[in-house]
Amino acid sequence: MLELRKDIFADERDDNLKEIGKGTQRQDMLGHITGTSSYFNDHKLQGMLHLKVLRSTHAHAKLRRIDTTDAERSAGVRRIIRGADVPRNLNTLLSLINFGKDDEPSLAVDKVRYKGEPILAIVADSEREAFEAIAKVRVDYEPLPTVFDVEDALKLGAPVVNETYPKNAFIYHDVYDHQRLRFGDADAALATADHVLEQRYQMSPIEHAPTETNGAIAAPDTNGRYVVYTSTQALFFSVDTCAKILDVPSNTFHFIGGTVGGGFGGKVDTLTEPLAILGAMLTGRPVRYVFGREEEMQYGPPRGAERIYIKDGVMRDGRIVARKIRAYFDSGAYTRLSSYAAVKCAAHLPGPYTIPNVYGDVYCVFTNRTPATAMRGFGVTAMDFAIECQMDKLANLVGMDPMEFRILNAYRDGDMKAHRREAKNTALIECVQVAAEKAKWPIRDEFKRASSRKDGGGSRAVIPATPTDSRGRPAAPAQQRTTYDRAPVTATREPPREPPPSTPPPPPPRPAAPSHGATRFSSVFGTRRR
Amino acid sequence: MSKIPLQFRHNGRDVAIFVDGGTNLLVALRELIGDLTPKFGCGQGGCGTCSVLIDGELHLSCLTLAETVAGRSVETLDGMKQGPNLHPLQRAFADHFAAQCGYCTPGMLMAAKALLDRNPAPSRADVVEAISGNICRCTGYEPIINAILAAAGGRASA
Amino acid sequence: MAVTVKTFASVGEAAGALSSDRSARYLGGGTLVMRALNEGDVSISTIVRAQDQALTRIDASGPRITLGAGVTFARVLAERDLAFLHTPAQSIGGPAVRNMGTVGGNLFAPNPYGDFTVALLALDATVAVQGGFGTRDIALEEFLQSRERQSGALVLSVSCTRPASAEAFRYRKIARIKPKGGSVITLAAHLPISGGRIAGARIALGSMAPTQIRARAAERALEGRSLDTATIAAAASAAVEGTSPSDNALGSAWYRREIVGVHLRRLLSGQE
Repeated sequence: MLELRKDIFADERDDNLKEIGKGTQRQDMLGHITGTSSYFNDHKLQGMLHLKVLRSTHAHAKLRRIDTTDAERSAGVRRIIRGADVPRNLNTLLSLINFGKDDEPSLAVDKVRYKGEPILAIVADSEREAFEAIAKVRVDYEPLPTVFDVEDALKLGAPVVNETYPKNAFIYHDVYDHQRLRFGDADAALATADHVLEQRYQMSPIEHAPTETNGAIAAPDTNGRYVVYTSTQALFFSVDTCAKILDVPSNTFHFIGGTVGGGFGGKVDTLTEPLAILGAMLTGRPVRYVFGREEEMQYGPPRGAERIYIKDGVMRDGRIVARKIRAYFDSGAYTRLSSYAAVKCAAHLPGPYTIPNVYGDVYCVFTNRTPATAMRGFGVTAMDFAIECQMDKLANLVGMDPMEFRILNAYRDGDMKAHRREAKNTALIECVQVAAEKAKWPIRDEFKRASSRKDGGGSRAVIPATPTDSRGRPAAPAQQRTTYDRAPVTATREPPREPPPSTPPPPPPRPAAPSHGATRFSSVFGTRRR
Repeated sequence: MSKIPLQFRHNGRDVAIFVDGGTNLLVALRELIGDLTPKFGCGQGGCGTCSVLIDGELHLSCLTLAETVAGRSVETLDGMKQGPNLHPLQRAFADHFAAQCGYCTPGMLMAAKALLDRNPAPSRADVVEAISGNICRCTGYEPIINAILAAAGGRASA
Repeated sequence: MAVTVKTFASVGEAAGALSSDRSARYLGGGTLVMRALNEGDVSISTIVRAQDQALTRIDASGPRITLGAGVTFARVLAERDLAFLHTPAQSIGGPAVRNMGTVGGNLFAPNPYGDFTVALLALDATVAVQGGFGTRDIALEEFLQSRERQSGALVLSVSCTRPASAEAFRYRKIARIKPKGGSVITLAAHLPISGGRIAGARIALGSMAPTQIRARAAERALEGRSLDTATIAAAASAAVEGTSPSDNALGSAWYRREIVGVHLRRLLSGQE
């Protein structure tokens, strides 16, 4: 049961809480227990058609020819949708906030980049007829070399997964092939540390496996708009994504969602809505596109795999003096949201600890795997797993109790974080103390007495001298366009890979002042007033 | 292509529909009868959210060929309320916060009803076994188990 | 083209319909055929059913028991005379799957399913099959080896030996999820004891090859010996011999090869 520890930070708030700590019934509970909550698929529309997609059987291949002659003649087929039918067949989700380049087609055209990538869609009178027609499509693939490992993908000469990012890494601010954090001189501190521990951590992809699979029903309305029932977790985000892909104003759509049968981050990619709407536009009929279970598990986006290297320097007394981290996010074949995960990851370094020298490189890498997406704290969860494993190993290395070791190194109010922001309301020490108490884990009195509000700041608030690191700063590749992009084509289809930089690359965005001013900095959104 | 006539009892009421060959009971219930309480989760027998009672036995409607229920009695969550009142299981699910996204709830309730109809005083292990074919991906099993035990009238033992 | 359902009163007619149509599949409990249709398997366009009473008969009175192909796992569990098969039956699915899934269907269930068949294989089962030209009995092992070619035949029943004692038959399914989950591996052992020595040992494994298989090397290590620590160790180390597991979402081939001996040792030594 929920227990509120009002004794901790008692002076910081009004404790006259009216909702927190008290049971309040969910407003949708009655609908859930009577089975009347309305999910996207709980809508029966007159004359509804069914859409299924043909998926790539190769992880990386050129599409030489797609023969739909027999499929077109198959019983019940109303429409075959190909990449050329999609008004803007190239998108990246975060383009809505001007972050990243359009890199993913709704339906593959020249080539497929992961096994299961949609190649064409068939709209038919029944699901069975759609399946029968799909089975009659003949695709002539020319298999290409594949890359499934994040570090292999970054090596020179690795197969280019996604031509939008020819070096298989997401490019930040048009220049940087990774997120970089530098605070103090980690190498110098490692050289003088009593112990150095370097470890490698690897997380697997994780499928959200929602009980309700991804899906949407789109239906023409009498007023020229389209009603869309959708499983999306991000309704307005999906509206705008569909508006962009289908090249119409967003008020063309009336999206209805809200009740989602489990999402956990796996229903933000707007995978089914654009094709369902396009199907409705092309046939004038309601169209349903819902993932089968196999599709959901195999081709629905997972939490991305991450590979993390941590190298720490620790002194005999238990103080961590340097932390150097290299992390690789496996984005799969397209960006989706992994670019943002890497930003979050870099922002999380070095974990909730005050370490005077921190060095972080975080890459968002493209491979021929299923594109990854959001899932419950993505960008932070795997890194935390690695960091906390590392903390246990370090405690063991210096012969300290792991709880006490965390309290010793925990950040405290007033400390300077590696991002040059002052730590506030840190509370990690109190969390560890309560966890130890609950687990009946003995810790010594001096650690029981420690407080996140004592002994922080001062020398711990200083930004250390940080050497400038200009290594690996690549020149910005010229804007790439792929042949299936509908936007005006540039004169050269394949610009030289690496034009020598005629001017120095633009400086990185300036971090906000360490004090809490009115400006707020985010690597995704840029600097803005609030 | 000919349609197959099919009659059965649906929550105590006689219904007659025409189905296509190969139609499963889930599709028949949802799209032809209009009972939207059983849900599609997998079509494979792996999730249990389409669970219904056929002649009082728990079955997966997605794996049941519709025409095999001819003349039989099919119960779904839609028939669980007793007049205007919630069934004790529904009440217990609400009181114990035993639903989050709600998508597994119809199947959980039918699996629980199948259990309590046969065994009014189940042990905790009985309850766990009874819902072992039903997946709650929001991982709310504890409140669900507690709700079923509570609905059984607190007579349960560990 | 929609699916055609053909329902027959007798197994003979059903078998005829099945063997004359390559796109026909026999519908038992629905857990395989309906699943395939739901996932868009267009190779099935005819469903054959038989309402023959013989398919649901249980004969559990003698030393060799016979289960009609249409007997569900729930019915096996309800039959006191079939107590030795309760553990394998209970290890399959949740209650709904056990109310639907049948003994005959389980013979066709691919990895990671088909656990009941592992038990039957250890119990030296035979399968009664109705083909186009009449009925014949096939040893289960032989049936499984040619399973891919059996889709045109109709299974009528399965018969197996009743173990002499509860001790003589052991079964264990390794899953990642409690209380239920797909099989990482499944093991069954029939160890008849004669004069303190094992006579006619049969070990069967699931998920260790494309179909359920016998662990013949382990059987040889047990045959004619008493079930002591040394014998169990010899059988355990031979367990992997002749297996060809594959990778799937539940476990890798490597992992399966690593654990099969461990679990066989636990099974034979009565460890939890």
